[in-house]
Amino acid sequence: MSLPDKTGHFGEFGGRYAPETLMALLEDLERIFHSLKSDKAFQKEFQHYLKEYAGRPTNLYSAQRLSAHLKTLKVYLKREDLLHTGAHKINNTLGQVLVAKKMGKTRIIAETGAGQHGVATATACALMGLQCEIYMGAEDVERQALNVFRMKLMGAKVIPVESGSKTLKDAMNEAIRDWVTNVQNTFYIIGSVAGMHPYPVMVRDFQAVIGREARKQFLIKEKKLPDYLLACIGGGSNAMGLFHAFYTDKKVKMIGVEAAGCGLNTQQHAAPLAKGKIGVLHGSKSLLMQTPDGQIQIAHSIAAGLDYPGVGPEHAYYQQSGRAEYVAVNDHEAIKGLKLLSQTEGIIPALETAHAIAYLEKLAKKVKKKSTVIVCLSGRGDKDVASIKDLI
Amino acid sequence: MKIMNRIDIKFKALRKAKKKAFIAFITAGDPNLKTTKELVLAFEKAGVDIVELGVPFSDPLADGPTIQSSSQRALQQHVTLEKIIQLVKDIRRYSEIPIALMTYYNPVFAMGEAVFVKKAAQAGVDGVIIPDLPPEEGKNLIKLTAAYQLAMVQFLSPTTTLARTKRIIQSASGFIYFVSVTGVTGARTQAPVDFMSHVKKAQRLTKKPICVGFGVSTPQQVQKIAQSADGVIVGSAIINQILQQKGKKDLVKNTAQFVRRLTKVL
Repeated sequence: MSLPDKTGHFGEFGGRYAPETLMALLEDLERIFHSLKSDKAFQKEFQHYLKEYAGRPTNLYSAQRLSAHLKTLKVYLKREDLLHTGAHKINNTLGQVLVAKKMGKTRIIAETGAGQHGVATATACALMGLQCEIYMGAEDVERQALNVFRMKLMGAKVIPVESGSKTLKDAMNEAIRDWVTNVQNTFYIIGSVAGMHPYPVMVRDFQAVIGREARKQFLIKEKKLPDYLLACIGGGSNAMGLFHAFYTDKKVKMIGVEAAGCGLNTQQHAAPLAKGKIGVLHGSKSLLMQTPDGQIQIAHSIAAGLDYPGVGPEHAYYQQSGRAEYVAVNDHEAIKGLKLLSQTEGIIPALETAHAIAYLEKLAKKVKKKSTVIVCLSGRGDKDVASIKDLI
Repeated sequence: MKIMNRIDIKFKALRKAKKKAFIAFITAGDPNLKTTKELVLAFEKAGVDIVELGVPFSDPLADGPTIQSSSQRALQQHVTLEKIIQLVKDIRRYSEIPIALMTYYNPVFAMGEAVFVKKAAQAGVDGVIIPDLPPEEGKNLIKLTAAYQLAMVQFLSPTTTLARTKRIIQSASGFIYFVSVTGVTGARTQAPVDFMSHVKKAQRLTKKPICVGFGVSTPQQVQKIAQSADGVIVGSAIINQILQQKGKKDLVKNTAQFVRRLTKVL
C-alpha cells in the first residue's frame, strides 16, 4: 500500500481541509509535484543544490564517547546540523522553492517557530532571488532573536504574530491568511510534514534524503541495519525524513520523541501523540491537543520548534499502526541532553534535537542487549545558547 | 415530497416577491449569549432574512482581525457549540427566522458529526456552513445533514475552476456562499470588483441561490451586489458595530438600526 492514498489520507489521518479559495491551487500543486518526481531535469537541479549548496551528503558519525557513557548503545549521529544554515530544514526549502519557481510564483511566505525553517526559507529565497516574508510568533521573535536577525540579513521580512499564543500555531494561521489573500502570486513553504495535502507528502519526500543516506551509510559501516532510529518530533519533518527510507525494514524500530514540556501530567506540554485527540487543524486530520469542545490548546516546550499542538498526519498513522513508537521528554531532561552531547562529543545540539539525545539515556536502560541507534541530529544549538545560559 | 427547511422556504418566498436575501453574521456569545439572542430577534424585525451564527474557534484561519477578536471574546465567555445549539432552541420559542451555524470543522468533529447534526436539527437549526470542510472531506456530513433536512452550504471563490464549480454546486444545499475576494473575512472600503462575472457564470449552472460575502460593509455595496446575486452576507461590519456599542444599554437597538440601513436597500 502506498501512503498517502490518492486523496492525501494516511489511514484516517491527513486529507485536505482547506478554504475553497486554496483548493484549486492545492490541486495544481499536487499535480505539478507529482510530475516533478519523475522530471529528470528538476531532480538534477534539486540534487545539485543539495550537494553543492547545502552540503549533502551529511556524515553519519559514530559518537564513541557518548556510546561509552551510555554503555548499552552504539550511537550514530546523522549530522543534519552540519548542513548550510545549521539544520535539516534546508532540504525542504530548497525543494519547495524550486517547485514555486516551476509554478511561476514570485513571492514566498513561511511560518517559523524556532526560526530554523524561517532561516532556511530566507536562505533559499535569497539564493533564487525571490521575495520572502516570514510569519513568526511574537514570543518566538523574542526567544530566537539571532535567527530573526539572520532572516533579515538575507533580505526577508519577519512579521511578528501577536494573535493567540504568539507561537508557531498562530504564525501558521497568519501565514495561511496571507496565502488565501495572495494566492495568485504567492507560494507557501510549509516547514513540516503538516498542512493540507500534498504538503505532508511533499515535505516528507524532500526530507527523505536523510534516511536514504543514513541507511546506505550505516550498511557500509556496520554491514547491517540499525536496531533503532531516534528523532525529535514537533510537526515531525526530521523524524519522517529519517524514518521513511526504513519504513519497510520491519526490524528497525522507530522512536519519535515529543516535548513533554513541564510534564505530561500538566497542561504545559507539546505532546499530541501522547496526550492528544483526533481533530482537524491547519488543513489536515491528525492528533491534536484540544479541549473536549474542540478548541485547540496552547502547547508548551522550551524548544520553540516543538511548540506546536499538532503533529504531522503520517506520524499519527505510524503510531496507530504500531510502526513507530512515540515517547516524550520534558524541558529539564532536554537541557540535560543538550549538556550531555556538548560534553561527550563537543557538539551543541539544538534544544529540539536535545529531546532525542535525552531519550538515549532512557533507551540505554531499556535495551536488553547492546544495540545500535541512529539519532537524527536535526540542528545545531548556537541559536539557543543565549536563551538557555541562565538555565544551565 | 421533500420537506423544506426555513432557508429553502425563505428563498422561495423572496424569489416570488422578486427580492434578495440579506444575511447577517454575528459571533454567538460576543459580547454574551443573552445579547446574541436579543440581536437575532431584533435583526428579524430589522429586515434580516437569514442569520448566520458564528461558533467561535481558537484558530479561525479564514477570518480577518474583526472576527478573530470577536471569537476570542466569545471564547472568554466559555461559549461552546453545545451552548449555541441550546441558544437556537431558546430562540425558536420566539422566532422562525432561518438560522445557519457557521463553524470551523474541529468543534463539529469533536462533538461527533452524527450527534451534532441530530442536536442541531432538533434545536431548530436550518443550515451548516463550514469554511474548512470542502465537499471532498465533507461527504459524510453532507449525507447526515440531508437526512435531517439541514442545509449544507458550500463555498465558491474567484479561484474555483469550472470543474470544481460543477461538483460543488451539486453537493450544496440551502444556498451557495460565494466568496467575493481571495482573502479573509473583514470589512473593506472598496467593493470587490471582478467577481460578478464569476457569480453569473455559476448562476447559469444552477438554480440554487448564490449569496455573496466577505468584505461587504456599506448599503452601496449591498445594493450593487444584490443586482445580480441572490443574497448578500454582512458580518464584520455588524460585529464592529456591536463592539462600538459594548457596555451600552442601547447596544441591541443601535446595532439593529445599523442593520436596518443595510437591509432597506434590498
